[in-house]
Amino acid sequence: MSDRPDMSDRPEGEGRTGPEDGPAAVAGRLTGFVQALRAHGMQIGPGETLDAAAAIQVLGLDQRERVRAGLAAALLRREGERAAFDAVFDLYFPLAVGAQEAARGADPDAARRAGPRSAEAREQLERLRERLAAALADDDRAALTALAGEVVETLGRYGAPGSGSDGWSAYQALDRLQPQTLLARILAALRAGEGGAGGGGRAGDFTDRIEADEIRDRIERFRKQVGGEARRRVAELRGTDEIARRAVVAGPDRIDFLVAGRDQLAQLRRIVQPLSRKLATRLAARRRRAERGQIDLRRTLRRSLSTGGVPLRPEYRRRRPARPELVLLCDVSGSVAGFANFTMLLVQALRDQFSKVRVFAFVNRTDEVTALVTAGRADPAGLGSRILAEAEVTGWDGSSDYGTALGQFADRYLDAVGPRTSVLILGDARTNGRDPNLDALRRIAVRARRTYWLNPEPTELWSTGDSVAGEYARQVQMLPCRNARQLGELVAKLLPV
Amino acid sequence: MAVQGEHVTGTGFFTSVDDVSARLAEVGYLASTAVATTVFLADRLGKPLLVEGPAGVGKTELAKAVAAIGGARLVRLQCYEGVDESRALYEWNHAKQLLRITAGRDETWDEARTDIFSEEFLLPRPLLTAIRGDQPTVLLIDETDKADVEVEGLLLEVLSDFQVTVPELGTITATRRPFVLLTSNATRELSEALRRRCLFLHIDFPDQELEQRIVRLKVPGLDAALAESLVRVIGALRAMELRKAPSVAETIDWARTLLALGADTLDEAVVRDSLGVILKHQDDVLKAGRKLLLDGVVAAT
Repeated sequence: MSDRPDMSDRPEGEGRTGPEDGPAAVAGRLTGFVQALRAHGMQIGPGETLDAAAAIQVLGLDQRERVRAGLAAALLRREGERAAFDAVFDLYFPLAVGAQEAARGADPDAARRAGPRSAEAREQLERLRERLAAALADDDRAALTALAGEVVETLGRYGAPGSGSDGWSAYQALDRLQPQTLLARILAALRAGEGGAGGGGRAGDFTDRIEADEIRDRIERFRKQVGGEARRRVAELRGTDEIARRAVVAGPDRIDFLVAGRDQLAQLRRIVQPLSRKLATRLAARRRRAERGQIDLRRTLRRSLSTGGVPLRPEYRRRRPARPELVLLCDVSGSVAGFANFTMLLVQALRDQFSKVRVFAFVNRTDEVTALVTAGRADPAGLGSRILAEAEVTGWDGSSDYGTALGQFADRYLDAVGPRTSVLILGDARTNGRDPNLDALRRIAVRARRTYWLNPEPTELWSTGDSVAGEYARQVQMLPCRNARQLGELVAKLLPV
Repeated sequence: MAVQGEHVTGTGFFTSVDDVSARLAEVGYLASTAVATTVFLADRLGKPLLVEGPAGVGKTELAKAVAAIGGARLVRLQCYEGVDESRALYEWNHAKQLLRITAGRDETWDEARTDIFSEEFLLPRPLLTAIRGDQPTVLLIDETDKADVEVEGLLLEVLSDFQVTVPELGTITATRRPFVLLTSNATRELSEALRRRCLFLHIDFPDQELEQRIVRLKVPGLDAALAESLVRVIGALRAMELRKAPSVAETIDWARTLLALGADTLDEAVVRDSLGVILKHQDDVLKAGRKLLLDGVVAAT
């Protein structure tokens, strides 16, 4: 909103692109920025860099949010890259240099010298928490930005300055500050101030129900700000390029399944719908194209008899609208559960592309979970725990056993696999040292039209430790599938027309 | 700054980013910083603008607003599966050509041939229409992702050089660059070649403050406090994992509904009765009902 005094448009944030500000410095900064974006997998050619330079020339550097929008317009190509872009932008075009204005007044070292458990430090912490609670309750963006700077400066500092091993840690700052514990206090303050100005009290009873969620959102945003601020301070110390490479997170379609946290899994679930729509369009288009252009020679010749043997009107081969069947066999043990759940949801969202979808889950026992997955559409977040609770996927212990699970599938559910079935097996092939039961896999593969094994581990790790990926890979085609983007590409490529 | 040079390539509708926001607001389109900045850049640099975002955030409206401001004619190419050269670019008027041939029976073949492939027999379709002519033009290529991949190839020449090649006539170059806006719902990944020729803008759901202003602009009779709580509830619904998150259009619909119902605060009964306006799937209605502690919704439907 250009007419709102945005926090970033404050005078002290104006035009700060670095210590020196000449045209050459801007050009250098821009190319460094582009290099960093490329390191995050964005495809940016010199043409786009020129566009970005032209954008800066037209817009000037005096309003930071405009520069951000202009560079995004020239350099971004898809929204999935946005998170990485913003983080890198904050590093290369920082709001301020050094400690923020607000933090400069405070003497950060006084409390630190006295040690984190001293009365002084406790008092300082309590004051910070109080101000944070007030700012969160009012949703005062400018104050929150200033507070993030101050928190990093006073609570996040570690190591002796100038020693080479010092820096700022968002983790340490947030661990001491514990902003998430402020929720109850803020809510109480808002309720007490009801009827007065500001806050959310005015709206009446109904919006109280979502108030807690809103505050939680604001706290989460504050935590991100602290993270960004700490990155910025460290970048000044260690060099921007280094930090841009290491400390910036990837977009949701590049999140590694194996290391995804709870938030990231939620982000992943959010892209299930758009991704499935994209895949469905692609599959439908391919099916349509495959229908055209195949001449049915016998019927064309037959018809040509009525025109004296000249095939005036060709007859095309008609296809039976055969939709493939899909069987999904997923390891849902802890290590790979995120991957399995995401794939289940994706396949569920794509179910009208198939004539039949059946989903089986295992840890060391195999059970059919098709019904659970179908019902899971309404509550995707709880799917994993429901499968573990309601389906019989574990026996005596909780560690995965591919041999037994494959054997059970081959014994009990082999009739789910037929000549029109594509079987996708999902798992990291880590059998905890048990018998891999290659014979069972062979029996499945022989019956199916195609069988693929999707492994969420990178290829280098296959057959290391207790993984028997190599042995399974000799039976069926095994493909690495580490993030949502790869999974989307694989599903589109593997599924038959 | 080389602003003089830019005027040749740009469309020259706007003078500054603030100018963009102010004039868009005049025609009833409240733009965020990102939207205003990007529109200004597209205008100044003379590059096409690719706009992506969820349905109902005002992608098409943006093109209409820019056209209204610039006093420009709006040429719209609605893409769909199977749209082709003859629908998008140009077509020869075969019937008229045949008439012309039969009318001039005694002239030589060469005379007839040069004549029937002249501009008189050319039927311009949106892309060619936008290129030809001297008046300011806004070209809207709507739902680009619905078109087949081949059409993207067709767009490349138009978007990078603002020219169209008709084999029989030669190349037609724009005398005045149109302001080009492409929209996409991202049901299909557009090709890199097309993306590279455009500036990119993702319009997401607006933040709460902007959405409040939009609601109060579009539904003037609505009480300010009610608008605030309405936008907050919509925000909470968008944060949930719904099959279809409510868009700005639905927020406005809801505001109109509440106005028609004569509600002055949001309470459980009002929300229960009108939740169907904002949520379009039964699953979503049930889930939102549970979340907002409206047990009645679950029972009633």
